[in-house]
Amino acid sequence: MGQTLDYLKETPSQTAGPYVHIGLAPGAAGFDIYDHELGWDIVGPNAKGERIRIEGRVIDGTGAPIKDVMLEAWQANAAGIYAHPEGGGDVEDGFRGWGRVITDFASGEWAFDTVKPGPVTGRCGTVMAPHINLWIVARGINIGLNTRMYFDDEAEANAKDPVINLIEWENRRQTLIATRGTRDGQVVYRFDIRIQGDNETVFFDI
Amino acid sequence: MTPAELYQRNREWHPPAYAPDYKTSVARSPRNALLSLQGSMSELTGPTFGHNDIDPLDNDLIRNYAQSGDPIGERIIVHGRVLDENARPVPNTLVEIWQANAGGRYRHKKDTYLAPIDPSFGGCGRTLTDADGQYVFRTVKPGAYPWRNWVNNWRPAHIHVSVFGAAFAQRLITQMYFEGDPLIAKCPIVQTIPDKRAVDQLVAALDLNATVPLDSIAYKFDIVLRGHRSTFFENRPEGN
Repeated sequence: MGQTLDYLKETPSQTAGPYVHIGLAPGAAGFDIYDHELGWDIVGPNAKGERIRIEGRVIDGTGAPIKDVMLEAWQANAAGIYAHPEGGGDVEDGFRGWGRVITDFASGEWAFDTVKPGPVTGRCGTVMAPHINLWIVARGINIGLNTRMYFDDEAEANAKDPVINLIEWENRRQTLIATRGTRDGQVVYRFDIRIQGDNETVFFDI
Repeated sequence: MTPAELYQRNREWHPPAYAPDYKTSVARSPRNALLSLQGSMSELTGPTFGHNDIDPLDNDLIRNYAQSGDPIGERIIVHGRVLDENARPVPNTLVEIWQANAGGRYRHKKDTYLAPIDPSFGGCGRTLTDADGQYVFRTVKPGAYPWRNWVNNWRPAHIHVSVFGAAFAQRLITQMYFEGDPLIAKCPIVQTIPDKRAVDQLVAALDLNATVPLDSIAYKFDIVLRGHRSTFFENRPEGN
C-alpha cells in the first residue's frame, strides 16, 4: 500500500430533471423572477458576421422528441475568438458566445439566434472548421451530453477538421452537420440531435 | 496560447448514461461510445459572468419571490466552496440552484402534485463565488416528493445545483441531498451513481457553526470541478 493521492474527486453529476427550466430558464418557463435572465442573447447587438438561426429537436431512442430538454451553446465570434480571457483575443462589446435554450413544451422544437462562428485554432496549430459546442441536459440524462454542430456550407473546412476526422466511422460524421436553408429571408440551419438508435448523434467525452 | 488542459473526467465515478432503474434513462442514453477529445480552445474556454448579470438578492430564496411575507418552511442556509480537484478555489463562477417548496411542490406547470404552491416561494436562485470560491444561499428546506418511476418512488429532499467553472468542459449539473435523509438510499436517481463514496459527496452536512441562532439552520455543500493539468515542461505547452 503506497501513499494515497490527495486530489479531490469531481462532484458527481445528476440529471437536471424535468423542472430544469425553473432554475435555468424561468422566464421561458413562464415564471417571472429575474430582471435579467441569462443566456437569451448569445452575441449581442454589435457582433459582426452573418446572422443566422439554428433550430432542431432532440429525439430519444423511440423516435419521440424530448420536450423537457435544455441546451447550452458555446461558440466563437465571426473572427474565431472566444469571449474568454484566454479565448484568443478581443470580442465585440456584448458578445458572450454562450446561450441556453429550452424546447417548446408542445412540439419539442428549440431555436436560437446567433452569428455564424469563424474557424478556431485547434490543437498544435490546426484549424477547426466553424462549429458550435452544445451541451444537452434533461430528465433521464444522468450526465450532460457534449456534441458539436458544424455547417453544411463549409464542406471544404469540414473535410479538414481535426475533430470530424477523429470519427472513425465516416457514416457518423454527418450527424454533426447542420443543413442550411432560408425562411422569410432569414438563414436557418436545421440540426436534429438523436440521442439513441439510428443515426445516433456523435457525443464527445471532452 | 491554449488554456491548460483538464484532468480526464472519471466516468466510473459519475453515473453512467444507461441506468435502467431510473426508467427515463433507458431511451435517453446513447448506445454508441463517447468519442474522447483532447481539449482545444473550444472545450477549455467557457462563458464568464459578472456582478452586472445578477441581482444581489438573487441568492436569497426567502426574499426573491416574497409576494406576501416569508415562505413557509424550515429556514436554511446552504453554503460552501467551489474548488477544483487540486483543491484550488474557483472564484467568480456562477452557481445556480432550483428546488421544490417545503411541501415538495415545484412552481412549474408540469408539476401536478397535490401539495400546494407556496405563494411566497419561487424556488430558484443564483450567485457568483467570491475570491475564495465561497457561495451562500438562503432558502427553505425542500420537501420530498413522489414521482412516476416505480409506483411508490419518492425523491429525497434535494436542491438542484448548476456550476460553470472556467471551461465549458467543467460544466456540471448535480443535486444536493441532506444529511441523514433515509430516502437517499432508496432513490433510483441517487443510485445511478455506482460508488457509495461518490453518493456521500452529494450529501450536505449539517453545519451548526454556520447556523444563525434562533433564525436559520445551515448545511455545508462543497462542489468540486475538474482540475487543470500543470505544465511541467515549457516545450510542451499542451501540458505534461
